[in-house]
Amino acid sequence: MAGIRESSIGIAALPATAIIYSGPAFADPPLSYLSAFGPKADSTASLTWGLLIISILVTAVMTGLVIWAIFRKRAPVSGPGPEPETHHISTFNIFGWGLGLTALILAGCVGWTMMTLAAIDQPPKTPAVNIEVTGNQWWWRVRYLNDEPSKNFDTANEMHIPAGEPVKVTLRSEDVIHSFWVPSLSGKTDVIPGQLNTTWIEAREPGTYQGQCGEYCGLQHAHMQFKVIADKPADYLAWRDNQLKLAPTPAPGDPQAGLVVFEKRCGACHAVRGTMAGGYLGPNLSHLMTRSTLAAGTLPADQGDLAGWISDPQSVKPGTRMPHVPLSGDEMQLVITYLSSLN
Amino acid sequence: MVDAVASGAEEQARSPSIARSSGWWGIIFTIATEGAVFAYLLFSYYYMAISSHATWPTAPLSLKLALPNTLILLLSSGTIWWAERQYSTGKSTNALLGLVVTFILGAIFVSIQMVEWHQMSFSPTSGPYGSLYFTTTGFHVAHVVVGLLILLALIGWVASGILEDRRQNAVSVGAAYWHFVDAVWLSVFFTYYLTPYLS
Amino acid sequence: MANTMTIPAVQETPELRARLDRIWETPKGFAGWLSSVDHKSIGIRYIVTAFALLVIGGIEALIMRLQLARPNQQILTPAQYNELFTMHGISMIFWYASPILSGFSNYLWPLILGSRDMAFPRLNALSYWIYLFSGVFLYAAFAIGIAPNAGWFDYVPYANQQYNPGQGIDVYAMALILLGISTTVGAINFVVTLMRTRAAGMSINRMPILVWGTLTASAGNILAVPAVSLAFFLLWLDRRFGTHFYDVPAGGQPLLWQHLFWMFGHPWVYAIVLPAMGMVSDGLPTFCRRPLVGYTLVALATVLTMVIGFGVWVHHMFATGLPDIGMSFFSAASFVIVIPSAVAVFAWTATIALGRPQLTTAFLFFASTIVLFVIGGVSGFMTASVPADWQFTDTYFIVAHIHYVLIGINVFPVLGALYYWFPKMSGRMLSERLGQWNFWLMFIGFNLAFLPMHLTGLWGMPRRVYTYGADFGWNTLNMITTIGSFVLALGVLLLIVNVVMSLFRGAAAGPNPWDAATLECATPSPPPPYNFAVLPTVASRHPLWEDRLQESDERSRITVGPALDNGREALATSPIDAQPDAILKMPEDSYAPLVLGLALSALFVSMLAMSLPGVLCSFAVGLIAMLIWLWPAGLSFRPLRTTDG
Repeated sequence: MAGIRESSIGIAALPATAIIYSGPAFADPPLSYLSAFGPKADSTASLTWGLLIISILVTAVMTGLVIWAIFRKRAPVSGPGPEPETHHISTFNIFGWGLGLTALILAGCVGWTMMTLAAIDQPPKTPAVNIEVTGNQWWWRVRYLNDEPSKNFDTANEMHIPAGEPVKVTLRSEDVIHSFWVPSLSGKTDVIPGQLNTTWIEAREPGTYQGQCGEYCGLQHAHMQFKVIADKPADYLAWRDNQLKLAPTPAPGDPQAGLVVFEKRCGACHAVRGTMAGGYLGPNLSHLMTRSTLAAGTLPADQGDLAGWISDPQSVKPGTRMPHVPLSGDEMQLVITYLSSLN
Repeated sequence: MVDAVASGAEEQARSPSIARSSGWWGIIFTIATEGAVFAYLLFSYYYMAISSHATWPTAPLSLKLALPNTLILLLSSGTIWWAERQYSTGKSTNALLGLVVTFILGAIFVSIQMVEWHQMSFSPTSGPYGSLYFTTTGFHVAHVVVGLLILLALIGWVASGILEDRRQNAVSVGAAYWHFVDAVWLSVFFTYYLTPYLS
Repeated sequence: MANTMTIPAVQETPELRARLDRIWETPKGFAGWLSSVDHKSIGIRYIVTAFALLVIGGIEALIMRLQLARPNQQILTPAQYNELFTMHGISMIFWYASPILSGFSNYLWPLILGSRDMAFPRLNALSYWIYLFSGVFLYAAFAIGIAPNAGWFDYVPYANQQYNPGQGIDVYAMALILLGISTTVGAINFVVTLMRTRAAGMSINRMPILVWGTLTASAGNILAVPAVSLAFFLLWLDRRFGTHFYDVPAGGQPLLWQHLFWMFGHPWVYAIVLPAMGMVSDGLPTFCRRPLVGYTLVALATVLTMVIGFGVWVHHMFATGLPDIGMSFFSAASFVIVIPSAVAVFAWTATIALGRPQLTTAFLFFASTIVLFVIGGVSGFMTASVPADWQFTDTYFIVAHIHYVLIGINVFPVLGALYYWFPKMSGRMLSERLGQWNFWLMFIGFNLAFLPMHLTGLWGMPRRVYTYGADFGWNTLNMITTIGSFVLALGVLLLIVNVVMSLFRGAAAGPNPWDAATLECATPSPPPPYNFAVLPTVASRHPLWEDRLQESDERSRITVGPALDNGREALATSPIDAQPDAILKMPEDSYAPLVLGLALSALFVSMLAMSLPGVLCSFAVGLIAMLIWLWPAGLSFRPLRTTDG
């Protein structure tokens, strides 16, 4: 991996490297892939920048040539033409040089492509963390796998990884084709039903990296985002241990009553560890409040938005599979109170 | 399509004018595009065989009906080839006979195919294999039926003498199509019936 | 004993022209229009219909751009947006991009080849009727609220019955398979016409590049269209009859769809640019006052591009998890294909540099094609690299790429061709003043809309989203693109104004308004129904420039040649050297193509409606129409020689 960075191929990679390492100092668009925050994305971004610079140069040269061709000074002639050819045009020179140069550039790019592909195909060492991501219309189930199955746990739409470590991601689909894409860390890998694809990601530094579904999957493809949050290793372990725990027991009173309503009205689809709610159709809500968004990035995870979401999912995200569950005002208040306690 | 044959030329080699008719080239390229359909169907078979998780039959298909049927179709290519030769040397009655026999053989092929379909233990909706088998052989049978319709037209035209007066290339065009249908069957037969013996 | 029939060569006379007029003319009025098999009439219908689809597809795009001008807008619901982007793609890629080129080729080929009509005039009419009816079919369904919504690429499983009940996908499937019949018979017509009906002496190294382009595209279509027709047919079987090609729970394979679709889809994109590139290769030299530089290389590169084009389809599937070794092959092939594509760019630039450019509107469209081609080409080159494509794919970077290649290498050449050949077709010149406005508005609008879009993609905006959040950094870029698209639309509007005005008030055009070199310019504008009163014999690539270019002592003969006025007749020549070898009897006008076209369309509507009686009836009507069409009706060709002795 280091080889690709250090042996920068041509001057093209230098400005690329500069921007790659600029990190959060520039206000990068969250889904930009012109900057990279992990080894896999680094190699890809160098290559992308290299190809981009070559492309811009070629465009500039050819545009210049066309403009020159049109406006260059010509010796005057007597009539409107055409004239007989007076000197031999060396088509060999024109095409030979043009195609030869083109072929040379192409060959270089093929080589660079193959090298990059080989470099990023496998993680540099055995991944410490193993995540299975399942694409659904229109959210992401995230399951952390462990050698001991009892230590598996589910969450949704947000995943934490230890910074500086490769993480293996296995990809499945519950329905149609989606694509797992977190541009700062890796290119896309499709999520295809009936097929198991694998990829890996690694973040160099702690931070939040935006993800997006990268394959048109229906009505709400636009709102199928996810986040990858890289933590310092100790923080990651703390997060993971918290996720492994059962959901917090609700305080007596409203939160407790809220749990009762929740199990009855929401438990068929949603699971919360340690309660009777064990549904598998929707996202696992055990530690809902450790996440920053709802509905796969559609809404921020605060009480007001939560209420808005539950009371009318279709107006927030038309087409969503979450049904409208009619709750009375009181029931809604209780459920919100309960859910807000799920840290 | 008419070729003006030089007088007294019954004995000479088949007129090269056949190669010059637009209709001939038209059917050649039609064969190319229809052949491509079958190429993609067979690609689908091989692709699914390698990659599908569905149950794929373990035992090869029975050749009891398919093998004789293949021979019948091959024979029908022979009869139409003979009919075409007869026609190009002016022997219309023989040509008519050849066309009729070809038609009968083709009709037998279709009938046996229907019987074989009934006997299959799987259906078009039982899984990818069934869907592929019936769609591919179904496409093929449809092409045979079209061939039978072409033969009917040719038989009518040859018998009534419309073609004879003008020595048209219709028979050659029809024969080319029929050979194509036969060649397709050989590829389908090889793929579905013979390759299981190879693996 | 050789029995050679020679055809006497005669001088073109007014009596001959009058006689040929009577033989070839189509009766006036609606009945004549329905039964005409004149390639010029059919070509113009294709062009008009395709332009209508371009405008409709453009309006769909403008509505989408309104929705995307700002973040989080609700002008359209997601369902509406998804149907719009699907219909936009379908309309443009299938119902505009290829038919427009068929239209120009249909109109021009017999004229440019020195012939009287295509090899199969009735088949020509049939291909138009099917095209028209398939388009009507698609849009009639849209008008009553049934439209596909899974993208023009229609990936399964999203397009399966389970996730897409309703009939939109079925409409798409049936309309497209129907259109495929039109495309296929049209392609066969072009190939056989090329092989059999060129002017005497027009050996294959003297054919205009437009002919090479359409020939190559047609050969490609003959082999590629069946893949998509089959893919959709299998999808329809899955959706309506419960088969299991693509349905995963039963073992079906989503990637089978992608392979079949792209095995068609990639050759198709070359089919929709190579003829247009040919038009540039034929038109640009006229305004440079010199022949094309590198004719042979350009002709070879045209063919090579299509051949390699059959071997790159997996580059649309790089993200699907295929093994690296397979992807590497297709990646390398996708880089290699840049080389033949570049040949045309070098040839055109050299032709301008070594010529004396005249900055007419047509020239501007042709010359700007070079620049737009380069931009579209380099963005394509970037996506050939697998790891880079894993970022580019499904972002607006690809949208920018495809519009540069589609608008840059199809629409701009088409507009150049329109300014170039409108005088021939109508007898009137288009206004150059309006033309300049038309060009600059389109050029500026297009680049304003799509050049920044590369950055929108690099900054991660995914494709096929009906809206986007305000914090992703795409707001300004989207607004610029929307503004650009409306400027582009204004340019198109000016084009329409120019065409309509010029049809009524344009300056009269002679046979050769641009002083061009090729045979169509030896006919009046517009040409008579029989094209050439006497059939020309060709001695070079530039029949009308021979005296001035002085390339050799041979001269083409245009005013003296065979009259072939014994009924509707045309000359057949050998495929490579174009030596005359038969006289073809051409068909009279006929209603059979219209009836067969209607029957086939009714067949597909019946299939959509799952109506067996409808299927059987339309099949029967079609069969009868075909029988009447093919009924032997007398000599249909007389060879000029039989076997030697």
